[in-house]
Amino acid sequence: MSSEAKKVLTQPIIDNNPIALQVLGICSALAVTSSMANALVMTLAVVMVTAFSNLFISIIRNHIPSSVRIIVQMAIIASLVIVVDQVLKAFSYQLSKELSVFVGLIITNCIVMGRAEAFAMKEKPGVSFMDGIGNGLGYGFILMTVAFFRELLGFGTLFGFEILPLIQNDGWYQANGLLVLPFSSFFIIGFIIWAIRQYKPAQVEKD
Amino acid sequence: MEYYLSLLVKTIFIENIALSFFLGMCTFLAVSKKVDTAIGLGVAVVVVLGIAVPANQIIYQAVLAPGALDSILGITDPKESIDLSFLSFITFIGVIAALVQILEMVLDKYFPALYQALGIFLPLITVNCAIFGAVSFMVAKNLTLGESVVYGVGSGIGWALAIVLLAGLREKMKYSDVPDGLKGLGITFITAGLMAFGFLSFGGISL
Repeated sequence: MSSEAKKVLTQPIIDNNPIALQVLGICSALAVTSSMANALVMTLAVVMVTAFSNLFISIIRNHIPSSVRIIVQMAIIASLVIVVDQVLKAFSYQLSKELSVFVGLIITNCIVMGRAEAFAMKEKPGVSFMDGIGNGLGYGFILMTVAFFRELLGFGTLFGFEILPLIQNDGWYQANGLLVLPFSSFFIIGFIIWAIRQYKPAQVEKD
Repeated sequence: MEYYLSLLVKTIFIENIALSFFLGMCTFLAVSKKVDTAIGLGVAVVVVLGIAVPANQIIYQAVLAPGALDSILGITDPKESIDLSFLSFITFIGVIAALVQILEMVLDKYFPALYQALGIFLPLITVNCAIFGAVSFMVAKNLTLGESVVYGVGSGIGWALAIVLLAGLREKMKYSDVPDGLKGLGITFITAGLMAFGFLSFGGISL
């Protein structure tokens, strides 16, 4: 792998994270993070959609008239999301019920649209594909971290396996009810942003 | 009448689309620096939601819902019944994008003052997940046409209320001493989390 492709792939994970720095794609980050399994499926779905929408848009980028480009991008993204949704419904119906409208919401997830507009419209297909995977992974990194804390401290499990035995099951751990509620992910993301910015002071905003 | 009123109160406060479903978060966090702009965007969202939800309800029930086309095409055998619901994502996003475009042209022609005020926000609304989310919830909840009008307007007002409140808080926050790493995005996340916590207390109201 060339060094440029590697840079495009790894940079969005910490240095230029879509959620923590670019403020993109926050909606679903909050609602689907109550368990690791949901977050993993959501991450995979977003990586697939971002990578392929970047690839396809980049392939036809010289043929898209700029006045209708938003609609063209939307049509490509929406078709990809329909594929993901149908696959999920066919192979894991329970999970697709749990994620409910949030799979559909990948269409309006600003990460996909934002990368298509900012990167894929200018760059070659190969690099755009890498950029899509990288940004999907950056999104997934935050999603999985939030889900890790919420599932571990809220239910005492990880991927459904018991890690901290709950008091109800004759264990010692008293579950933290706050973290079961969806808005707790606001606080966790806030703290993750704080941690990243302590480590990378260049990202601190000036007022 | 009373039923519609309680549905309106429910969608504005108890099921606030921004603070209990976390939809439209990207714009919610990015465009809430000033109260004035927040009000402009809020009004635009109310208008678009008020039109988009009922419009998509009509299209879904008339064309896409399972079995909707049967009577027109004269299909009586339930085995041959047509189900186009897999096309709903791409239809909805197309309808929303077209609506925003039409609204922009109408405003430009007949209400230039309002167009000047909203101008920059209108194109942004196509990718606002609050619109798409409300439309998806309309399908998931199986609302009638009357209900969908109330639901669209109500969720718009709820979103506008939330973004104006957050903008007010952020304007005051300029004078507070926030740790460097939390400045800007980080503290906004935590503020929004506390607001969602506050809105949770409406959950106790039963209508």
